[in-house]
Amino acid sequence: MTDKTTPKSGWLGLPPLAVGLGAVAATAVYGWLFLLAESEIAVLGLVALAALGGWALGRTGLPDTLDAAMRGHGRSMNGAILLGLLAVIFLLGEEHFPLLMLTTMLLYMTVALGLNVQFGLTGMVNFAGAAFFGMGAYTAAVLTAHSAVPPLLILVAGGVIAAAIGFLLIVPVVRTAGHYSAVVTIAFGVLFKTFLEVNDVLGGPQGLMVGPMKLFGWDFNSSPVLLGVEMSFYVNYALLGGGLAVLAFVLTQRLERSWLGLTLDSVRLDETASACFGLNVVRAKVLAFTFGNVLAGVAGALYGMMISFIAPNSFTFADSLLMVSIVLLGGLGSLWGTALAAAIVVLLPEKLQILQEYRFLLFSGLVILMLLFRPQGLLPRKVRSYFPSWRPQQ
Amino acid sequence: MDIGLLGQYLANGVMLGTMYALVAVGFTLFFGVLDVIKFSHGDVLMLGSFTGFTVYIGVLAMGIENPWLMIAVILIVSITTTAAVGALIARYLVLPLKSAPPLNILLITLMLGTAIREAVRLFYPDGSNPKNFPALLPTASVDLGGFALRADSVILVGAGIAVIIGLNLLINRTRLGLAIRAVAQDEETAKIMGINYTLIVLVTFAIGSGAAAFAGIMNGLYYNEVNFGMGLLLGLIGFSAAIIGGLGNIYGAILGGFLFAGLQTVGAVALPFASAYKDVFAFGVVIALMAWKPTGLIAERSSDRV
Repeated sequence: MTDKTTPKSGWLGLPPLAVGLGAVAATAVYGWLFLLAESEIAVLGLVALAALGGWALGRTGLPDTLDAAMRGHGRSMNGAILLGLLAVIFLLGEEHFPLLMLTTMLLYMTVALGLNVQFGLTGMVNFAGAAFFGMGAYTAAVLTAHSAVPPLLILVAGGVIAAAIGFLLIVPVVRTAGHYSAVVTIAFGVLFKTFLEVNDVLGGPQGLMVGPMKLFGWDFNSSPVLLGVEMSFYVNYALLGGGLAVLAFVLTQRLERSWLGLTLDSVRLDETASACFGLNVVRAKVLAFTFGNVLAGVAGALYGMMISFIAPNSFTFADSLLMVSIVLLGGLGSLWGTALAAAIVVLLPEKLQILQEYRFLLFSGLVILMLLFRPQGLLPRKVRSYFPSWRPQQ
Repeated sequence: MDIGLLGQYLANGVMLGTMYALVAVGFTLFFGVLDVIKFSHGDVLMLGSFTGFTVYIGVLAMGIENPWLMIAVILIVSITTTAAVGALIARYLVLPLKSAPPLNILLITLMLGTAIREAVRLFYPDGSNPKNFPALLPTASVDLGGFALRADSVILVGAGIAVIIGLNLLINRTRLGLAIRAVAQDEETAKIMGINYTLIVLVTFAIGSGAAAFAGIMNGLYYNEVNFGMGLLLGLIGFSAAIIGGLGNIYGAILGGFLFAGLQTVGAVALPFASAYKDVFAFGVVIALMAWKPTGLIAERSSDRV
């Protein structure tokens, strides 16, 4: 607890900012190496290194120092994280597959952030995450094929459609509590996938083609040339996906820190008490539900454009469960936890091809262990500090 | 629509309703004693029918040919195994989380369901393909004015309804049932009265899972097919049925089961769009019903104490 009495020096006696920047740089290098690692041995080695390093650094108090760095030097740290992400994208420049994985991870992170607002902050579980994700993707497919709507607006349309269909569920979701509300979203998730499979207009089980993203006349499916090197066209999507994920992160963080976030928290902790204090419980729930669905819809639209072909099988109940496990694995309400868990859940099985087949088995086992032994998640959410400079008395 | 086809749909609907009610009764029993949802129920059912299938192969290898004897062995082994699995799940996954938020239990059992499903798909020999469950019941049929009522359907529905009635009697008329109801009503008081709480919970989970295994075998005998994914939809339907009926109430579960089967049948027969939409229709109505009656048709009597 040295860093609390002497806030100037942190981990190993280094100033927090230095530690923070170092950690960001190390994470970026690690991410780059991990995404490029080809052999199973290398991947397993990197995973072991991360697990061991994470455990050791956690024990030596690095998280507290990082926390101090984020609090004291927010701008520099956020800038460094952005730079790190950009650096990883450009360093991967010519590699198709790693960039595809990175973008998928960023989009899943966006969805999981939305689910986190619903589940982690407000306490409404949404077991139809993949369905809302799919709505965005199908909106993109229909609009790129049958209309001349500018693709950037299609992203917005994906969010709007997801929100609009979400509104149909609002009444049952808000009126029911606990298990009863779980059945609404579960039933909806299954309904959505079954509907897509039997509906011929939307391509049935075979799915639909999705047109590419275009921005100010620039086709995202053509390869950018940078400093005379032809990059993978996935760089476009990685940049836009990164932008989307950052935007979602900032929005979610702002939401959490605002009075709205406080309302959501209190609705989760005790609905009756919140209502007694004059908080509008219904409004809070509608806000959280819609916020999450919009994020899922927008991310889904971009995902559809990126993989350019979608089918009902990408949006099953199992995928919704995978999204919920991201939120749970990271820690309820913990945004950085969500980011970390999205990386683990999306990247690990892609990198370890032996695991690909066992993916769902592995993650279900992991979540079971997590719930039994560490229900607060990998990076548990901190208790709100209402007065930034106030510290609990030792 | 001619009478024959209508009768066919009606017979099918009653069969489905019995199956759903059996699954829903399990959900409602678990919710009664522990206030938890055990979502792995559907996959436990699937495990029951796979156990039954494995036993069938074993019995066939031992040279037993009498179908009634076969069914008896299949039922006994598969119900016992599944009941044991149910009790183990309760002991090691549900009871340790009893004081955690209720959604954690929902999640842990959802994940367990996925794990069971995936394990069967990956590790059962050729588990990812559907298996041909044998038609062991007599298939003779009676012609009833244009539609053929098959003997196996009648036997299955009869047996299913007998099990439901038996469960109802067990809960409402026996000492064990009294203990289960006491635990469901008030855990603390039940303990003070000398009821072995843990034992009762485990027995309840065993009974519910056994009923699911019965429904699984029923499903296998009726459709002559079992596959690793069958539990997900059946569990989901059973859960929806228990919920629309009202959790914790055995009559609600039966009502919900037959209601869902009725919705599917109506969706397949009477509505203008293609019958492939029957599940979309049924789940849509479930969602609408939840909006109308948020705690089910036969609601729990509860109020928030502040």
